[in-house]
Amino acid sequence: MSERIAPTRMPAFEARLKKRYAAERRFKALGLSAILFSVAVLLFLLGTMTLNGIGGFQRVELEVPIDFTQAGIAADSSTMQQPGAVQALEAQGLRDVVQFFAEEHLGDEAASQLGSQAWRDVADAIADDPAILREQASFWLPASANLASGYQGEGSPEMQALAAQLSERDQIAKNFDPGFLTRSDATNPQQVGIWGALKGSILTMIVTLLLAFPIGVLAALYLEEYAPKNKWTDLIELSINNLAAVPSIIFGLLGLAVFLTMFPNLRSAPVIGGMTLALMTMPVIVIAGRNAIKAVPPSIRDGALAVGASPVQVVFHHVLPLALPGILTGTIIGMARALGETAPLLMIGMRAFVATPPDGFASPATVLPMQIFLWSDEIDRGFVERTSAAIIVLLLFLLVMNGLAIYLRNKFEKTW
Amino acid sequence: MTVVHDNLEKTEAKMSAREVSVFYGDKKAIDDVSIDIPTEYVTAFIGPSGCGKSTFLRTLNRMNDTIPSARVEGEIALDGQDIYRSGMDVVQLRARVGMVFQKPNPFPKSIYENIAYGPKIHGLAEGKDELDAIVEKSLKRAGLWEEVKDRLQDSGTALSGGQQQRLCIARAIAVDPEVILMDEPCSALDPIATAKIEELIAELNGRYAIVIVTHSMQQAARVSQRTAFFHLGKMVEYGRTSDIFTNPHEQRTQDYITGRYG
Repeated sequence: MSERIAPTRMPAFEARLKKRYAAERRFKALGLSAILFSVAVLLFLLGTMTLNGIGGFQRVELEVPIDFTQAGIAADSSTMQQPGAVQALEAQGLRDVVQFFAEEHLGDEAASQLGSQAWRDVADAIADDPAILREQASFWLPASANLASGYQGEGSPEMQALAAQLSERDQIAKNFDPGFLTRSDATNPQQVGIWGALKGSILTMIVTLLLAFPIGVLAALYLEEYAPKNKWTDLIELSINNLAAVPSIIFGLLGLAVFLTMFPNLRSAPVIGGMTLALMTMPVIVIAGRNAIKAVPPSIRDGALAVGASPVQVVFHHVLPLALPGILTGTIIGMARALGETAPLLMIGMRAFVATPPDGFASPATVLPMQIFLWSDEIDRGFVERTSAAIIVLLLFLLVMNGLAIYLRNKFEKTW
Repeated sequence: MTVVHDNLEKTEAKMSAREVSVFYGDKKAIDDVSIDIPTEYVTAFIGPSGCGKSTFLRTLNRMNDTIPSARVEGEIALDGQDIYRSGMDVVQLRARVGMVFQKPNPFPKSIYENIAYGPKIHGLAEGKDELDAIVEKSLKRAGLWEEVKDRLQDSGTALSGGQQQRLCIARAIAVDPEVILMDEPCSALDPIATAKIEELIAELNGRYAIVIVTHSMQQAARVSQRTAFFHLGKMVEYGRTSDIFTNPHEQRTQDYITGRYG
C-alpha cells in the first residue's frame, strides 16, 4: 500500500503558499507607496505654501523717526478714545508732519515712496497712547508698492537702486505685519489684509451651518424614522442624491434667481451666500445622516419601545445620540466643501471689492477662497505672497473647523 | 383545531387572545390562535423555527406595529380590554406589558440610566431618592444588585452577556409591568447565565404574568407550568407543561418533543 501524502504537505501546495505570501507582500508595498506618495504631495504643497506665505505675512517698511516735540500736534486722551481720533489728527496736519520727517530722514526721493496711507499707522499709535506726543519716536511705516517690489529685486531699475541705497543705511526692511490679520482688501498689496474675507467666511459659514445642519438632520430623521416606504420617498431619496452631485455653479444661479430676487438689497451679503451654500451642504448632511441613522441597531429601538418610549422619545433619546458622530462626519465634509466654494458665490456678487470688514450678516462681504481668487488675478508682484498667506489662513480656518467637529464627534462617540 | 387540555385549573386570564391571525403583507404568519395567559403560571411557547411563536408574542404588546406590512386580526385583551381598539395608548400598553429580547440590548448608557430610563419617561419617580430606590429594587429583583452596586455609573454594555440580559429584565421590571414577555431570552447565553435567568424567572413567577418563547424544550420544561406548542402558524396544543411533555394528545406535538423535527 503506497503511502498517502496529505494535500497540505505536497510541494505544489507549498509553492502556492509562497505565491500567496508574495501577493500579500506586494499588496502591502503598494498600499504603503500610495500613502507615502500622498504624504509627499501634501508636504510639497504645504511646504511651498508656507515658504511663499511667510513673505505674505510681512511687508516692506521704511524707518521714520518723528520728533513730536517739534510737531505741534496736541491730543488729550479723552478725544483719542473717541471714534473720530484719526480724523482729528489729520486735521492738525499729521500727514504733513510725517512727510516732513520722512524727507528729513530719508531724503526727498525715498520720502515720496512712503505709502500714501502710512501716516494712519502713526495716527493709530498716537490714538493708542497720546503720551508719545511729548517725546521722540521711531516708526516703521509701509513703503509704496513700487519701492516694495524694488526691494525684492523686481520692478523699475530706479526703484531697485533706491531700495539698495536705503538698505545700506538700514532704513528699509521687511518686517512682520500683524496688520495683515486685521485689515481688509485694498488696491495696494502693502495695505491689504485678510480680516474682511475671514470675517465674511465666518459669517457665511455660521449661516450655512444654522440652516443646513438642522434641516439636514430633521430631513434625515423624518425619512428614516417616519416616512412610509413608497415610490414618493424613493423619488425624494433619488432627488437628494442627485442634488449632492449638482455642480456648485448651478446652486449659485439658483441663489441669484431665487434669493436675490426675493431680497434684492442683500447682494454680496453673507446671509445670501450662506443660504446658497446651505442648499449645497444640506444633501451631504442628509445622506450622511441617513446612513448614520440606519447604522443604529434596531435592537436599541426595540428596547426603548418595549419600556414604553414614544416614537419621538426613541428618536431623540436613543437614535439621534447614537447617530450623531456619523452625522457630524457628514457635516464636516459638507462644511469643508462649502468653505472652499467659490463658484456659487460669484453668481450672487460676493466677488465685489470690499475694503471694510462686514458689519453683520446683511452687509457686503467676500470670503476667503474668493479673496484668494481675486488676489491671484492681480498683476502686482506683492499680491503673490499675499495670496499664499491667504491660502494659509484658509487652511488654518479649515483645520480649526474640522478639529472642532472631530472633537465633538469623539465626545459623542459611544460603543455598544 | 387547537387541542386544549381539559384538566386545567380555572384561572383568571391576565391576557386573552381570541381567533388572532397575523399577516405580513399577504402571508399569513399566525392562523386563528386563541389562548388565555394567567398571572399564576409561567407560559411557554415552543415550536420549530418560523412557526410564528415570536410573531405571536410580539402582538401581545404591539411591537409588530413597527413593521409596516404587519396586520393583526382577532382580539387580544389585557384585563378584558382590547389592546388593538382605536383608543388604546400603545405607550401605556408597553409600560404594562414589558418585553425582554433574544439578544441582550442594553442602551449604551450607564447601568443606572438603563434602569432609570423607563421610570423617568413615565414620570414614575418623584425626585432622585425615589428613582434611586426604584433602580435598587429592580436590580435586586433581577438578581444583579450585588454584582453591580459599586459601578452603577459604568456602561451597561460593558457587562457580560448574562448580566446584560438580567439588566434588560431589570429594565423591564423598573416600570412595574403586569406582564413580561420574553423572546428566547437565553439563546445568546452560556449555560451558567441561562441557569441564572431561569432562576430569576422562577422568582418573578406569580408577581408578573410571564410568557417565554423558547427553542429549548428542556428550558420550557424547567421554567414553565403551561406550554403552548406552535407549528406552521397554528397553535397545535396547549396544556400543563408536564402533560405536554409526557402525554401529548397530538401526533405533531409528540413528533416535535421526541425530536423528530424542529
